[in-house]
Amino acid sequence: MSEPSRPSVPPGLWQKCPKCRALLYVKELERNLRVCGQCQHHFQIGTAERIAQLVDEGAFTELDDGLLPANPLDFPDYEEKLVRGRAKAGQNEGFIYGDAVIDGVPTVLGVANFAFMGGSMGSVVGEKVTRALERGADLNRPVVLVCASGGARMQEGIVSLMQMAKTAAACARLKATGNLYIVVMTDPTTAGVLASFASLGDICIAEPGALVGFAGPRVIEQNLKIKLPPGTHTAEFQLNHGMIDLVVPRRELRTTLGKLLSYLAPATAAADVDAPVAVAVD
Amino acid sequence: MISPSRWLPFEKPLQDIEEQIQALEAYAAAHGIDRSEKIAELRVMHADLSHQIFSNLSAWDKTMMARHPNRPYTLDYIKLIFDDFIELHGDRRFGDDPAIVAGVGRLNGETVLVIGHQKGRDVKERQFRNFGSARPEGYRKAMRLMELAERRHIPVIAFIDTPAAEARLEAEERGISEAIAACMALMSRLRTPIVVSVIGEGGSGGAIGIAVGDHISMLEHSVYSVIPPEGCAAILDTFGRDGTRGHEAACALKITAADNLRMGIIDEVIPEPLGGAHRNAAETAVLLKDTFTRVLAGLHKLPTDVLLANRYAKFRALGQYIDPSAPKKKAKK
Ligand SMILES: [Zn+2]
Repeated sequence: MSEPSRPSVPPGLWQKCPKCRALLYVKELERNLRVCGQCQHHFQIGTAERIAQLVDEGAFTELDDGLLPANPLDFPDYEEKLVRGRAKAGQNEGFIYGDAVIDGVPTVLGVANFAFMGGSMGSVVGEKVTRALERGADLNRPVVLVCASGGARMQEGIVSLMQMAKTAAACARLKATGNLYIVVMTDPTTAGVLASFASLGDICIAEPGALVGFAGPRVIEQNLKIKLPPGTHTAEFQLNHGMIDLVVPRRELRTTLGKLLSYLAPATAAADVDAPVAVAVD
Repeated sequence: MISPSRWLPFEKPLQDIEEQIQALEAYAAAHGIDRSEKIAELRVMHADLSHQIFSNLSAWDKTMMARHPNRPYTLDYIKLIFDDFIELHGDRRFGDDPAIVAGVGRLNGETVLVIGHQKGRDVKERQFRNFGSARPEGYRKAMRLMELAERRHIPVIAFIDTPAAEARLEAEERGISEAIAACMALMSRLRTPIVVSVIGEGGSGGAIGIAVGDHISMLEHSVYSVIPPEGCAAILDTFGRDGTRGHEAACALKITAADNLRMGIIDEVIPEPLGGAHRNAAETAVLLKDTFTRVLAGLHKLPTDVLLANRYAKFRALGQYIDPSAPKKKAKK
């Protein structure tokens, strides 16, 4: 379910922090990886910026960037929304993936684009996530997926729902080949995406303060007419409840990923747990 | 059979005729007069009208049918289909979720694991069953028992009937998202046949969480959707963010059994008795049982590796997009 989009970045030298209202110098904010120097609020960032922050210099080759959404249900207004999403996100769809090197480790890296219809999972997102996971399985490489999504793509209806099963199956397949799968949850990671591939990481990391939850707190408050205590449905809440492994600030994310990848998935190791070989011991 | 005590708006003409029949029968009995000719006439009218009404239901009408308070639920079908059923409880981690029932049953002399969402019939039971909205414990109970089924080479039969998974804070705290995701992942590789049937509401993540299988069917008047139509209408500007326009969203979302079959989401539509499953639960159960029996016989013939490869390919193929690099492999419709 897509949440209304956040206020977009106004052009100019200064930008207001949506959380603490501090006026931030844009150059400074960029140097700070788009984290507020006052309150540590992590701004949503684009895919290019994210990839640049995570991979070794220039070490990303995008795959299947030509996949385009169809309109499987002939849903009213969908095509107009796709056009607007494309303009807003500057990309064909809400997810990109490709071959990357992170701290020297060859990795399949996927990054969601929240600017494209709230990062919602339609057929293209589901297909690309699946292809990323399958590529990891086929090439014996770790897969890192950076998530940001309001959930299912309503306009693709049941076809969107099926992407949950499809991506979950691909996660299971990747793990069965013995490969490592790391998820990075960014603001927001919710609903159908959280309830499928995003929750299946061997290691789940979230950025501080990110909204992480099955149903957004606003949805729950509206639907159930209740008031939630503060701080639910956040990265820290999920950490406290044992649902994620780590909350990692953006400036440490690359180092943390690099360590985990080189400790758990060094380029030489290629396990295949599906084909155990008996070894005679005397 | 469950008596139709509540009527849906489009059933109103039938209600009128049934009341006339009852009145005539009562009058005839009380006064010793023969009214059989008139009654027979009314019955023919009733049948004609039923055919007309139930073969032309809109997606919204079907939503009402799928949610009909008298619609048979999982435990009703279990009683009618299986020769024996022992319900098993608990996820061994936190608790037992009455919104998903699970247990071992006997189908034509074969042991099967049965899982399914369970709604409640009266106010008290509805609350007890949480309106069929499963909590993390439900999915984890299903997983625990499916692992047993895998070990014992017992096929799994799953009944789908839920408005949605539970989203309240308690469910969030115990990882409802992870539970659904893990259950789908497990089912995608479970080394035993899985047969799934949507018997009422196939509601979003709550439904697909236990609906990954080798054969997916839907009862004729059930629905399968990514979101309840009202919810969709309430959040999309397409419907003016107006929750009362659910009938429009229901149509746009393509949620009926026929729609799902056309789009390749399901394998089969199981017809319901005239007037819907709640008019004749026993007959519906026979039709479900026949389907399970036939499908399992076919699945049992497949080597496990083929079964699993087919299951992966089945869900792998779902999605429609344009791939310019592989124009021939475009979009499966
Ligand atoms: Zn701030």
